[in-house]
Amino acid sequence: MDFLSYLISGISLGSIYAIIALGYTMVYGIARMLNFAHGDVIMVGGYMSFMATTRFGWHPLLSVIFAMIICTVLGIVIEQLAYKPLRAAPSLAVLITAIGVSYLLQNAALLLWSANPKSFSSVVPFDSLRLFNGKLIISGTTIVSIFVCVIIIMTLNTIVNKTKIGKAMRAVSEDKDAAQLMGVSVNRTISITFAIGSALAAVAGVLLCSAYPILMPTTGAMPGIKAFTAAVFGGIGSIPGAFLGGILLGIIEILGKAYISTQLSDAIVFAVLIIILIVKPTGLLGKKVLVKV
Amino acid sequence: MRRLRMRSSIDNCLTYGLVIVAYVVIRLLLAGGNISYALQGQLVPITVYIVMAVSLNLTVGVLGELSLGHAGFMSIGAFSGAITATLLELLADTTSTTWIRLGFSMPWLRLSLAMLIGGIFAGIFGFLVGVPVLRLHGDYLAIVTLAFGEIIKNVMSILYVGYDANGIRVSMDSANALKLDEGGTIIVNGPMGVIGITKLSSFTAGFILILITLIIVLNLINSRAGRAIKAVRDDKIATESVGISVWRYRMMAFVISATLAGAAGALYALNYSSVVARKFDFNTSILVLVFVVLGGMGNIRGSIIAATVLTVLPEVLRAFNEYRMLTYAVILIVVMLVRNNATLQHVFRQVGARLSKSLPIRRKGGEV
Repeated sequence: MDFLSYLISGISLGSIYAIIALGYTMVYGIARMLNFAHGDVIMVGGYMSFMATTRFGWHPLLSVIFAMIICTVLGIVIEQLAYKPLRAAPSLAVLITAIGVSYLLQNAALLLWSANPKSFSSVVPFDSLRLFNGKLIISGTTIVSIFVCVIIIMTLNTIVNKTKIGKAMRAVSEDKDAAQLMGVSVNRTISITFAIGSALAAVAGVLLCSAYPILMPTTGAMPGIKAFTAAVFGGIGSIPGAFLGGILLGIIEILGKAYISTQLSDAIVFAVLIIILIVKPTGLLGKKVLVKV
Repeated sequence: MRRLRMRSSIDNCLTYGLVIVAYVVIRLLLAGGNISYALQGQLVPITVYIVMAVSLNLTVGVLGELSLGHAGFMSIGAFSGAITATLLELLADTTSTTWIRLGFSMPWLRLSLAMLIGGIFAGIFGFLVGVPVLRLHGDYLAIVTLAFGEIIKNVMSILYVGYDANGIRVSMDSANALKLDEGGTIIVNGPMGVIGITKLSSFTAGFILILITLIIVLNLINSRAGRAIKAVRDDKIATESVGISVWRYRMMAFVISATLAGAAGALYALNYSSVVARKFDFNTSILVLVFVVLGGMGNIRGSIIAATVLTVLPEVLRAFNEYRMLTYAVILIVVMLVRNNATLQHVFRQVGARLSKSLPIRRKGGEV
C-alpha cells in the first residue's frame, strides 16, 4: 500500500514537471533556445495567485486565471524585449540572455515580496480521498494535478496537430526559412508559443505551490531545472516526450526518496537521466538526427 | 602561417602583460591602502573566477561544447584540496620525522600541494565524467554536464571524512559512523562541508595560479593539439576524415579544463574557514559561463577581463544597495543585446567609423 501511495504522489509530482517541461520543449522545438527563465515564470505565477487570494480575497479559481493572464503577458514581453532582437544571434548568446532574465525575475521578486517564504494555501477545494479503509490517502491536489496535466496534454496535442496555428508551429520547427517563404509569420508563431508556455508555467506554479506550500523568489529554480531535465529525458522538442519524461522523473524522484535516500534523490534522478542519454542519446522519444556531410 | 604565429604571440604577450600589470597595480594600491576592505576580500575570489573562466573557455570556446557543470569540478578540487591541506597540517603536528614537520608547517607548500591534489582529483573526475559525456553532442551534452554537477553537489553534501590515529575514515552516513578515536578530527562534516580550514590562500598565490593557467592554456591553444581541438570544434567529420582522433582531443581539452577548475577550487576553499558543497551549484557554473560568453568565446583575455569586472561589479553597485542584483541582471541583458543584435551593432559601427575614420573595421571570426 505504501508503494501505491508513493507511486501516486510520484505521478502527481511528475504531472507538474510535465506541465513545466511542455513549456521548455515547445519553446525549444520552435525557437531552438533553452529558456532558462521559464522556471522563474513559474515562481511569478505562484506569487500572482498568492496575491490574488490573500490580498484581493479572490476565489482560488479566479486567482489561477489571473496568474495565467499575467504570466502570458510577461512571457510575451520577455520574448519581445529580450529574445526577439537575438533571433539571428548564436544560441549561447540567447542562453546567457535567458539567464539574465532569470536573474532579473528572481531579484524583482525579491524586492517586491522579500526573501521571507510565504505559506501558500492550496487552491484545490476538494478533501483528500480515502481508499481501502483509510490505508491509502490521496490528497485533492494530487488528483487535480494529474487531471489538469492530462487535459493540458490532450488540448496541446489537438492544437499542434489539428489547428492552423499548430500547423504553423510544426512548420517553423521543421524549417524556419521555408516556413517564412510559405507565408507563415515566424515571429508571431514564436510569440504564441511563448504565450502558451508561460500560461502553462502559471498553472504549474499554482499546482506546485499547492502541493509544496512554500513560496520564495527561488521556488521556481530547482523545479525548472528538473523539468528541463524531464524534457531532455523524453526527447526535447517532443510533446509526448515531455509528458513521459515528466511523469517518469516524478516517479523516480519520489520512489528514490522513499526507498533509497532522501538526500540523494536528486542525484538518483540525474543519474538515471545520464544512463538514458548514454543508451539513447536523443532522449526516449527524440528523433535521431542524421548528420549529412 | 608565420604571420599568424607572430600575431598570436603578440596577443599572448598582451594577455600576460595585462595580468602582470594588474597584479603590480593592485599590490601598489594595497600598499597605499587605497582598496576598500570589501574589495580586498574579493581579491582571491577574483583570481579563482579568472582561472575558472579561462578553464571553462577551453571547453566552451576552444572545444565548442557547452558545459553547465563546471562548478562540479571546482567542488571536487575544493574538497580534495581542503582535505589535503588539513591532513598535511595534522601530519606536521603529530609526526616525529623532522623534515616532514618542518616541510609541511610551511603554508605555501601545503597550499601548492592542496592545489595540485585538487587539480589531479578534478582531472580524474573530468576523465570519468568525460567518458559518457563526450559521447553526446550539443544540448544533450550540456544537460549531462549539468546532471553531473548536481550529482557531485548532492554526494558531497553527505560526505563525512575524519582523521585519527588509525588514519583517514570516510562515511556517507553520519559523523558518528566515522567511529573516530578520542583525539580524532572531523574534516568534512556532511552538509556543513569542510570545517576548520586554516586559511592559506593569498592574492599572490592566486596570481601565480593564473599565470600557470595561462601558460598551460595559451600554449595548448597554439600547439598542434590545440589546432586539432579547434578543428574538432569547427567540423568533427572533416577532422575525423583527416585522421585526427576526435575522442582524444575532446577528452584532452575536457580533462585539462577540469584539472584547472579543481586547482581553482582548492584555492577558493583555502580562502575561508569552512566551505559547503552547496556553494558549487548550478548558479556558480552559470556565473562562470556568463564570464566566458561576455568575454568572448575562445578569447582568453576577454574571459579574464569579464571575470574581474563582473566579480567587482556587484561590489561597486553596493551604492544601489538592494537594487544591485537587479541592476546586474539588466546590465547583463543589455550587454548581450548590444553585442549580438545586428541592428544595434550596425548603429555602433557607424558611430565608431565616424569617430575614427582612418581605422578600418576589424572583422571578427576565423581566429581564436
